[in-house]
Amino acid sequence: MSNSNVTATDKKLLDLLAADANLTHGQLAAMLGVAEAEVSERIAALEAQGIIKGYQAVIDWEAIDANKATALIQLQVTPEPEQGFDKLAHRIMQFEEVEGVYLMSGGYDLTVIIQGKSMRDIALFVARRLSTLEGVRGTGTHFILSRYKDRNVIYHDEVQKETRSNVFYD
Amino acid sequence: MINYDQFLNQELANVKPSGIRRFFDIASEIDDVISLSIGEPDFSTPWHIREAGIDSLEKGKTWYSPNRGFADLREEISRWFNRKYGVTYAPDTDILVSVGGSEAIDLALRSLLNPGDEVLIPVPSFVCYTPLTEVAKGVAVQVETKAENNFRLTVADIEAHITPRTKILVLPFPNNPTGAVMRHEHLEEIATVIQKHNLFVISDELYSELTYGSEPHVTIASIPGMKERSIVINGFSKAFAMTGWRLGIAVGPKEVIAQMTKLHQYGIMSAPSIAQYAAIEALKNGDKDIEYMRDQYDIRRRLLVNTFNELGLTCFEPEGAFYVFPDIRSTGLDSETFCEKLLYAKHVAIVPGNAFGDCGEGFVRVAYANSLANIKEALKRIKEFLVEIKQA
Repeated sequence: MSNSNVTATDKKLLDLLAADANLTHGQLAAMLGVAEAEVSERIAALEAQGIIKGYQAVIDWEAIDANKATALIQLQVTPEPEQGFDKLAHRIMQFEEVEGVYLMSGGYDLTVIIQGKSMRDIALFVARRLSTLEGVRGTGTHFILSRYKDRNVIYHDEVQKETRSNVFYD
Repeated sequence: MINYDQFLNQELANVKPSGIRRFFDIASEIDDVISLSIGEPDFSTPWHIREAGIDSLEKGKTWYSPNRGFADLREEISRWFNRKYGVTYAPDTDILVSVGGSEAIDLALRSLLNPGDEVLIPVPSFVCYTPLTEVAKGVAVQVETKAENNFRLTVADIEAHITPRTKILVLPFPNNPTGAVMRHEHLEEIATVIQKHNLFVISDELYSELTYGSEPHVTIASIPGMKERSIVINGFSKAFAMTGWRLGIAVGPKEVIAQMTKLHQYGIMSAPSIAQYAAIEALKNGDKDIEYMRDQYDIRRRLLVNTFNELGLTCFEPEGAFYVFPDIRSTGLDSETFCEKLLYAKHVAIVPGNAFGDCGEGFVRVAYANSLANIKEALKRIKEFLVEIKQA
């Protein structure tokens, strides 16, 4: 998909925001070599076009509550004649436990990402709420046991030590 | 007890230590130091280049290369200089592959100097030129570049230091630590003086691929009449993030390259073969990597220059390398005190400007070869530091 309204500078702006949404418009302007007003204007435009969907903190919930669990659910679905997978996907995304819903290529149809208070909580949700939905032919539940890297953030790592050396030590 | 002084080479023994050791010792004892002091890319070597090195290992190609470097690599180097900088060097005679740019600088100085010959060395600059000149029994004549000239070398700077013994001019641009570059017109100006006084040039262009202005890098060798009186040093460390591979390039007149090759052959034999295989891949298919890394450096450079100027630490816009060189005199502190206090108080490591020559006093070198997140945090801490020293 390409959007002809997105310039090369927009692309750089989006890359910077994707890595760190906390950068001020002043900092972004300096980094891109444009006026601060232009940054504000471009961000507003990208938001209005629905290209920037939102700004969220990346939070390690499991650090607060070790029982918290996240699972990836594979759903096999019988598509509906007119609406394909859309109707069921829309139904599923209404559940507040559901963090993400994706239509997939390959061996199954929908991936659903679920956050729950515990593994049991999630397993019950799948059994009672998802597998009972009309059109769902089968489910597979995969719990995330450890996050190494999520949304480009490295987890459970000591403060990244500088591994480069200072030459000309003497 | 043996008195070792009687055995030691006196020129080498007289070389002063760099003086920044104390400083790095402090830094290594503090846990959460953000180091903007390191002069090498934070990127790892691009994967396809590493893979070419790995492939040579897997195939067991672990032997010496020819003294000058593999013919394939010299051909690629020749193409590269032609394509990038518009100068032509013959792969068989005009090119030597060295162990890093530093070895090439050493070889060039030792191949050219006779005792007492004078070498003009613009400062602030990379720390190796003066010691290597002195060990080669040359006389290092430091030529101070000035902040008001954006640390460029001018005709007047050169002429003020010319004597009948002046033989060599070192050209360290794009410059570490100032980030200054010599554009085409600046090189043309000094070329006339170089020719008038019959000087020979050692041009250290290691940072040639990291320039940020509208013009790409210009080599002194592309100025009419200069190719025949210049050894141009380049390498893979900065352009391709290959510091640890230790691979440099020297190109120039075959008469001088032949002498350098003789020295290299007896002292080193040949540059590492694994690194040379990787370098062939880098020159063939590395343009996109350079472009990506340069873009990232450029973004960080702009943020640093802008923020330092906002904080009242005047910072001219560096057009090359990955350093900014802000003026800290408004704080009333000297360079070393500033850096030491900043390190203790805020755990940010930068390098005092005087480490690169006395005229760097009043400035500090801040390397932006570090992640944006670290640079942002370091700038926050420097801002707090400036407020605190103002209150103190």
